[in-house]
Amino acid sequence: MPLLLIAALLMAVSGAPGLARASARRRRGADAVQPAGDAGTERVATALLLAGAILGIVAVVAGLLGRGPHSVSASWAVPGGLFELRLDALSSVFILPVMLVVAAGAMYGPGYRPVREGARHGAGFRFFYGLAAGALPVLLTAQGTLLFLAAWEILALCGFFLVSTDDDQPAVRRAGYLYLVSTHTATLALLGMFALLGGGDPWLRLPAAGSLPAGGAATAVFSLGLLGFGLKAGLVPLHVWLPSAHAAAPTHASALLSGLMIKIGVYGLMRLISFYAEVPAWWGWTLLGAGALSAVAGVSLALAQHDIKRLLAYHSVENIGIIVMGLGLATLGRAAGAPALVALGLGGALLHVINHGLFKALLFLAAGSAIRASGTRELERMGGLLRRQPWTAVFFLIGAVAICGLPPLNGFVSEWLIYRAALTAAHHQIMGLALAVLAAPALAVVGGLALACFVKVFGVVFLGSPRENSPTTSAEATRGMRSAMALLAAGCVGIGLAPLALAPLLRAATAEWAPAIAAAGAIAAEGVSGGLREAAWLSAAAGLLLVPMLVIAAWLRRRGRIAARGVPTWGCAFAAPAPRAQYTASSFADGLVSTFAPGRSLERTSPPALFPAPARVLSHHPDLALDRLLLPGWRLTARLFVRVRAVLHNGLTSAYLLYVALTLLVLLIIFGGK
Amino acid sequence: MYGVTNLLLIAVILINFFTLGSSRLNSCIRAVAAQGALLALIPLAAHGLTFHTVVLGVGAFALKGVLIPWVLLRALRQMRLRRESGPLIGYIPTMVLGALITSAAFIFADFLPLRPEHRGGLFIPTSLATLFVGFLLLMTRRDAVSQVLGYLVLENGIFVFGTLLAEAMPLMVEAGVLLDLLVGVFIMGIVMDQIQREFSTLNTERLSALKG
Repeated sequence: MPLLLIAALLMAVSGAPGLARASARRRRGADAVQPAGDAGTERVATALLLAGAILGIVAVVAGLLGRGPHSVSASWAVPGGLFELRLDALSSVFILPVMLVVAAGAMYGPGYRPVREGARHGAGFRFFYGLAAGALPVLLTAQGTLLFLAAWEILALCGFFLVSTDDDQPAVRRAGYLYLVSTHTATLALLGMFALLGGGDPWLRLPAAGSLPAGGAATAVFSLGLLGFGLKAGLVPLHVWLPSAHAAAPTHASALLSGLMIKIGVYGLMRLISFYAEVPAWWGWTLLGAGALSAVAGVSLALAQHDIKRLLAYHSVENIGIIVMGLGLATLGRAAGAPALVALGLGGALLHVINHGLFKALLFLAAGSAIRASGTRELERMGGLLRRQPWTAVFFLIGAVAICGLPPLNGFVSEWLIYRAALTAAHHQIMGLALAVLAAPALAVVGGLALACFVKVFGVVFLGSPRENSPTTSAEATRGMRSAMALLAAGCVGIGLAPLALAPLLRAATAEWAPAIAAAGAIAAEGVSGGLREAAWLSAAAGLLLVPMLVIAAWLRRRGRIAARGVPTWGCAFAAPAPRAQYTASSFADGLVSTFAPGRSLERTSPPALFPAPARVLSHHPDLALDRLLLPGWRLTARLFVRVRAVLHNGLTSAYLLYVALTLLVLLIIFGGK
Repeated sequence: MYGVTNLLLIAVILINFFTLGSSRLNSCIRAVAAQGALLALIPLAAHGLTFHTVVLGVGAFALKGVLIPWVLLRALRQMRLRRESGPLIGYIPTMVLGALITSAAFIFADFLPLRPEHRGGLFIPTSLATLFVGFLLLMTRRDAVSQVLGYLVLENGIFVFGTLLAEAMPLMVEAGVLLDLLVGVFIMGIVMDQIQREFSTLNTERLSALKG
C-alpha cells in the first residue's frame, strides 16, 4: 500500500517541473515557445507517469498476493480529517485499468500533442493530467469521507482543466462550463449523502461492508448517492455533460475521462451499496432499469453522431449502462439471497469496468491518431485511412470488436457474465426476480446496435478512399503512440483469451462487496469461475475460427490480385465517381437512427428543378435530455426568476426592511415556539 | 423592585407609541432620548447596584440619552428641518399597527421556551414590541432622520432583552454593542448630510432612482 501512495505522488507531481518552467518563462516575459526546454520537462513528466504506473501495478499485485501492509495512515491536521488509505480487492479492480490507461496516455501524449508545434496550454495540460492520475488511486482507496471528497473535488477540477484545454474555441468553453456545473451538482448531492450517512456528522470513516442496518435514512442516502454518483458516471438522463466534455478534451485526456473518471461514479455506487447489511429489492430494480435505459439510449444516440469523439463518448454512456445493469442484477441477488446472481452480476460489472477502461482508451487513442491524420473530427470528411495508417486501423478494429462484445476479445467475456446473471435470475421461483431475465434481450439489442455503429465508423473512416484532401500530414502514428495502443490492445486480447487469470481478483472483490453472501456458500465462488471458464472456451473457439477465416481471406486476396481489375461493369452513368460520392456515415445509420433514436431534425435544401442543382442536407441530432428538456427548463426558470426579482428587488428601502422583519418573524415563530 | 422595573418598561412602551404617532422630528428625537435614559435605569432597577450595572447604566445613559440625541438634534438644526416629509402609511394606521404588534408580542412571549424566572415578566414582551416598533418606523417613514430613530428604537428593544441577561453577559460585549451603535449613528449622520446636499431633501425614496 505505501507503494501505491508513492506511485500516486509520482504521478501527481509529474507535470510540476514543466508548469514551474512555463510560469518562470512567462514571468520573464519570453513569449516564444522554447521547444528544447519544454521537450525536456515533457520527458520528465512521461518518465514519472510511467514509473508511477509500473509502481502502482506492482503495488496492486503485491496487495492481491497479500504481501505488505494493506493500509497506510497519516495524521492530518484538518478538523474531521482522516488520512487513511486501504487497498482491498474492490479498489484493486478499479486501480488496475487506471495504471494501464495512464501509462498508455503518457506514451501517447508526446506524439499527439508535440511540443514543437506549440500545443495550447501544454505544460498546464500535462500537470493536470498527472494530478488527475495521482488523485484517482487516492480516491479509490480513501477511508475517510473528507479525504474521499477532497480527492473527488481535485479530480473534478482537473477534469475541468483537461476539458477546457483548447479554450480558444467557444464550444470547448461551453462544454467545460456544463461539466463544471454538473460535477458540482454531484458534489452537492454527495455532501448531503455523507451527512445522512454519518447521522449529521459528515466527516467520518466510511462504514465497513455490511455494517449498516437497512431502514432509517437508507432510502434518502441511496437516492442522493444515485444522483451524485449517477451524474459522475453519466447515467441517462444525467449524462448531459458527458458527450460534449469528452469530445472537447485532447484525445488522451478523453481516454482518461471516459475510461477512468466516470468509473469513480460506479465505484461510489458499489461502495455505497456494500455498506448495508441488507438491501431492498427496489434498489436493484432501479439500477437495472437505469442501466438498461442508459445502455439503449447511449448506443442509439451514438449511432446518430457524426463527430467521432462524441460518438465514442456516447458509447461510454452505453457501457456505463451495461456495468450498472450488472450491478443492479447483483443487488437484486443480494436482496433475494441468490449467491449465483451476486457472483455473476458483480463479476460481470467489475470485469466490464476493467475492460471498458482498456478498450475505450484504445478506441480514443486510435481515433486521435485518425483525427491527427485527417485534421477533422467529422466522420463525413474522413475516409481511406487504412492505407495510410494500417497500424491505427488494426488497433481501432481490435477496440471496436472488443466494445461490441464479440469473442475472442475482452468485451465478450464481461458481457457473457452479465448475460449469465440475467439468465440465472430466470431460475428463481420468486415471480419478481424472474422478470430480471429481460436484461438479456436489452443487452442483445445494445450489442447489435453497437456492432452497427462500429461497422459505420470503421467503414467510413478507414475504408474507401479519402473524401477530402486532408491538410495535415497523413503519416502513421508515431512509435510512442503505437506502443501506447499496442499496450491497451494486448490487454484486450489477453483478458479475452485468458479471463480465468482474473477470477481470484473478481472473487475477492465480490467477497468484499457482499461478505454475508460470499460466506454463505461456495456457489458464489464457483459462479464467476464457471462463467469465466465458459467464456474462455467460447473465446478460444472464436479465436480458432478466426484462423481458417484469415487463411481464406489471404487466399481470396491472392486470387483477387491475379484477376484483372479496374473495369467498371455497371457504372450507371457514374463511371468515375468522385470520392465525395461514397456512402456516408449518416446514410448508413439513417434507418436504425430513425427507429431507435427519434427526435432528429433533417434539413434539406434541394431546389425543385428539372436539372440537378447544388443541394444541401443538414442532419442534426439533439440530445433529448439536454436540448429538449433541461435547456428549455433552465431557460424558463431563469425567466421566472428575472420576473420575481423585478418584483422583489424594487429599490425601496422600506420593502427591504419589510423582508428583514418578515424573515425575523418567521424564524422566531419556527424556532421560538415551545 | 419589580414595581419600579415594570413602571419603567411600561413607560418604554408608551414612548414607542409616541414616536409612532408624532410628526414633529424634534419631539420624536427627544422621546427616543427619554426612552434611552429610562432604559439606562432598568439594569439598576432590575439587578440592584453593582459595578457592572452601574457602568452599563452610565454608559447607556451617556450614549442613548445624551450623545446620540445631541448629534441628531444638531444635524436637524443644520438642515433646517422641522416636520417629517410624510410617512408611507398614515400616523393613525401606524399606531393601530403598533398596538397590534404590541399585543401580539405579549401573546407570543407566552409561547417562548423561557426559564421559569423570566416567565411572566414584562421584559420579553416589551423587548419584542420595541423591536418590531423600530422595524415599523424604519419601514413606514421616508426621511432619513426618522429611519435613524427607527434604528435606535430597534436597538433599544435589543437592549431591553440584554438587560435580562445582564449578569450573564460580560461587560465588554455590552460596551461593544453600545460603541457599535454610536459609530452607526455617526455614519448615518454623515450619510444624511450627503443625501441632504445631493438632493436638498432627506426623502430616501430619491435613492431608488439609481436602481438598475
